[in-house]
Amino acid sequence: MGSKYFDIRTLPGFAFVAMVTFFLLYLPIAALVAYAFNAGSSISDWEGFSFRWFASAWQNTAVQDAAMRSLVIAVVASTIATAAATTAALATTRTNAYRGLTFKYAFINTPLMVPEIVTAVALLIVFSRVKIWTGYSGLGYLIAAHTAFCIPFAYLPIRARLESMDSSLERAAQDLYATPWMTFRRVTMPLLRPGIIAGFMLAFVISLDDVVITEFVKSGGQDTLPTYMLGQLRRETTPEVNAIATVFLALSVLLVTAFFFINRRKA
Amino acid sequence: MATAREVSDRAARRDVRDRWLLSAPALIVIFFAAIGPLFVMLAYSFMAKGDYGDVKFGQFSLDGWFSVFLQRDIFDDTITLADAHLSIFWRSVRLSVITTVLTIALGFPTAYFIATRPRHTREIWVFLVTIPFWTNLLIRTFAMQEVIRNEGILNTLLIRLGIIAQPLQIMYTDAAILFGMVYVYLPLMVLPLYASMEKLDFRLVEAGYDLYAGRLQVLRRVIFPLVKPGVIAGSILVFIPSLGAYVIPRVLGGGKNMMLGNLIEMQFGAGRNWPLGAAISITLMAIVMVALLFYVRNTARSGAGHG
Repeated sequence: MGSKYFDIRTLPGFAFVAMVTFFLLYLPIAALVAYAFNAGSSISDWEGFSFRWFASAWQNTAVQDAAMRSLVIAVVASTIATAAATTAALATTRTNAYRGLTFKYAFINTPLMVPEIVTAVALLIVFSRVKIWTGYSGLGYLIAAHTAFCIPFAYLPIRARLESMDSSLERAAQDLYATPWMTFRRVTMPLLRPGIIAGFMLAFVISLDDVVITEFVKSGGQDTLPTYMLGQLRRETTPEVNAIATVFLALSVLLVTAFFFINRRKA
Repeated sequence: MATAREVSDRAARRDVRDRWLLSAPALIVIFFAAIGPLFVMLAYSFMAKGDYGDVKFGQFSLDGWFSVFLQRDIFDDTITLADAHLSIFWRSVRLSVITTVLTIALGFPTAYFIATRPRHTREIWVFLVTIPFWTNLLIRTFAMQEVIRNEGILNTLLIRLGIIAQPLQIMYTDAAILFGMVYVYLPLMVLPLYASMEKLDFRLVEAGYDLYAGRLQVLRRVIFPLVKPGVIAGSILVFIPSLGAYVIPRVLGGGKNMMLGNLIEMQFGAGRNWPLGAAISITLMAIVMVALLFYVRNTARSGAGHG
């Protein structure tokens, strides 16, 4: 062999493909964001830089309503989901196997395995009948549906955190005559907090992003931001959709970055 | 007097009861708003279809299941295969398989590249994969549309370079769906692949080279078998949502190039055939369950040590 240093880790062409992959991952997003700042009303011809489409989206009442609805559903659903996931995680970790434990794991994780479109039409079937029976057609259905599919996402990091927690601290608290409630509030809860925050953020993003289930469960006039955008894509789109998407994107990136740093600090 | 054993038994029973109470809220919500409706849908698939959608409640009929793959001629009652449905099933499976293969082709080198970076920069590369992953699916589909439209970046670039004279019609074809699915699901392949490659023991790779293996042999005989669990996990994570894709074919495929998700939607919309829609949904779920079962059996066999 020649005198050249031979790096066993390098495989020829792999770095090139990786660069192509990263380029491909970001090119479409970059294009989408760029045209949000287009002065013209086309999403293909560049006519100069402007914020006009952000202003127009901001003043669009349909967008305002949809954004508000998205936020309300995401806050309520991810709060309930996180609370339910926290108690469920407490009930399914740090214990000897008991009858029903495996069942609980499977049950809580099932929503992750069923294709979204299948859950969506199943909910359409059930909720359309409930709507007729009760006459209620508010946001409750969307919140219930979102809560259900958010629970497994909130459950994952909370359970992971609990399993890595040292239970001797809690036993020490009990030895010092703390009541179970006090032990939970003063010892378990503070230790568990990073897991709960991570779980809540995951659930929040998942709820905010949902298109398919929302599209099938919503009643008339209950568009969320994603279903509103889906409706807009059917028509000739203007950069206004790009502007909405850009703001949405910025929000997601912000949340993911925060999530990334919270998890990193823990490690 | 209660014996010590009785006391401890009672405590254990109370513990289990408390644990059921604690998990009850999660189980109840999931039952009512996720799993329960699937059983209602199963029941609906065996009912007669209503005239304006919905079903004739409680009226048993196998028509829904019959029409998944078969059709009856309205004039002479001959039974033939439902070509329209079969072609949609075939398109869904074919596009999902191709998507999985393409994401491996791009994702494997990418994950390997990340796994061989110095430890402190790895996190940044992973983060770069995570961002598109957490970006709204609809936004990414829309972004892909920007690239492949007739007036989009790809066509503009190709025309400027003089490679083509007329824009390529990519939108509203199977290729458009394929582009969209590869783009959207790629992070789902890279992340599990990276997780298994990160644990790769490069002393084994070195041993391979010491024993006069070429690069291709090392890749095929040493690296690939070691990261196979990651490849399988990634394939499952890509294949399952591809098969059930709804938004991507709706936006990029247009009305003609339907996949299973769109066929299901049609039965609940214009098709007004809820039992058929329910039957197709259950068929789709059955295919997914088979894929998952395959995954579980495969990981069980290849040893629990690998994630």
